[in-house]
Amino acid sequence: MSKPKLIDENGLRVDGRRPDELRPIKMEVGVLEKTDGSAYIEVGGTRIYAGVIGPREVHPKHLELPDRGVLNCRYHMASFSVDERKPLGMTRREIELSKILREALETVVLLEEFPRMMVDIFVEVIQADGGTRTAGITAASLALADAGIPMTDIISATAVGKVEGTLVLDINEFEDKYGEADMPVAVAPQLNSIVLLQLNGRMTVEEVERGLEMAQAAIKKIREIQVDALKRRYRVEPEGLEA
Amino acid sequence: MSVGMEKRGYAIKIMKNKVYELLKMGKRIDERALDQLREIKISTRVVDKADGSALVSLGKTKILTGIKVEIGSPYSDRPSEGVFTVNAELLPLASKTFEAGPPDERAIELSRIVDRCIRESRAIDVEKLVLIEGQKVYMVYIDCYVLDYDGNYFDAAVLSAVAALMTCTLPVYRVVDGRVEPVGERMKLPLRTIPVSITMALIKDKIIVDPIPTEEEIADTLVTIGYDSEGVLSAIQKSSPGLLPVGIFKEMVKMGLVKSSEVRTKLEEAVGRGG
Repeated sequence: MSKPKLIDENGLRVDGRRPDELRPIKMEVGVLEKTDGSAYIEVGGTRIYAGVIGPREVHPKHLELPDRGVLNCRYHMASFSVDERKPLGMTRREIELSKILREALETVVLLEEFPRMMVDIFVEVIQADGGTRTAGITAASLALADAGIPMTDIISATAVGKVEGTLVLDINEFEDKYGEADMPVAVAPQLNSIVLLQLNGRMTVEEVERGLEMAQAAIKKIREIQVDALKRRYRVEPEGLEA
Repeated sequence: MSVGMEKRGYAIKIMKNKVYELLKMGKRIDERALDQLREIKISTRVVDKADGSALVSLGKTKILTGIKVEIGSPYSDRPSEGVFTVNAELLPLASKTFEAGPPDERAIELSRIVDRCIRESRAIDVEKLVLIEGQKVYMVYIDCYVLDYDGNYFDAAVLSAVAALMTCTLPVYRVVDGRVEPVGERMKLPLRTIPVSITMALIKDKIIVDPIPTEEEIADTLVTIGYDSEGVLSAIQKSSPGLLPVGIFKEMVKMGLVKSSEVRTKLEEAVGRGG
């Protein structure tokens, strides 16, 4: 099985993007009825719903904390979201990612604002085309904002990959499969800090540094799309000002 | 599901100020330098029935890895590669915070980090583990058991898994009429590089290497980085909540690189001596 070509002679990627180009991104806030906050995101072919329920009573009760709230997170992929049907239930990968996403969100949520309570965050991947954890956390922070959960910042995320020796932004599934590395990065932009960081694959020290810079630049754009989605949901036109 | 903020460490908060005070003077509660790992002890071939094994202690953290090799079918999308899996268990005798039962999210994360360090550095030459292409390959099962937990099970687990791989041998087979027959000899497991991980904690603005539990609990965040023999990164995992300033992380990458080569030298010496 020969490896497909991932960068063409013009330096463009399999889907025609430049190395530092994001895929088209769509976000919408308040898309589900029964949750307290929700969001939908599309990043290229990746499609994800995020829903937040709470603060509500802690279940199971023994997890309750007297001085702060607890966060519960479930990252889950639909069986039909991937090429080969994913078995029902949680895979080891999903369990690990649930932990990673929860810890990243825990960093910005003001847990001491809701002691003895719990907030559930559900991330449901309905179609996976690479970058599901980063798109998932981007949507989850919108859903938290929509639910009115107090936070110090809104998390934005993307992944940097390496294909045929070239660093590329926002890798898709194909590039992830045949490329050399995938580095998901989530940032709290206001606090100028990383909240989620992983690397799968080979990168030199210098490439990791350059990759982080690429991710930070892209995250500024993703942040704008998030703010825009929130404004579309919550903007109220002042009355009596029509021309 | 994954629920955060277990009831941990209320008492430990008392230690916080002491740790901060010491760190200001460049000291740690166990008197190590900020970038100093605890003593590493490695003994290999500790389980005769395993095809490879190693018992590693990193300070008082102790991890046993055993490897079993079997014959099985390759994955359909990788017909010319052998298969390996990594599993890790946090045994209930290793810590009062570990419980018996199916692996929880910490154990799953640990095994996936060890897996990533080995897989992404391409340490195991999986192409040499094929007996009949598309049909029969070696299956290498790497199982890590945490026997004593005194902080930083990540680096100890990677060390013990890699030490076990370095001493692992496989039965040699010959192919006769599409079947495999044992020859009665054994060969070394083909390794291409020696992956090592370094776990660092950020406490206030100080980076410390190889944290003990008190340091892990009060740390602002924890990061584990895997490096291969060429100093190329193969894995990164930020494994706890908290803010990680970009500048601090860049320092960690460089500090980890230096430390990883120190650790690799120790590992190669220990295993070279026959453990």
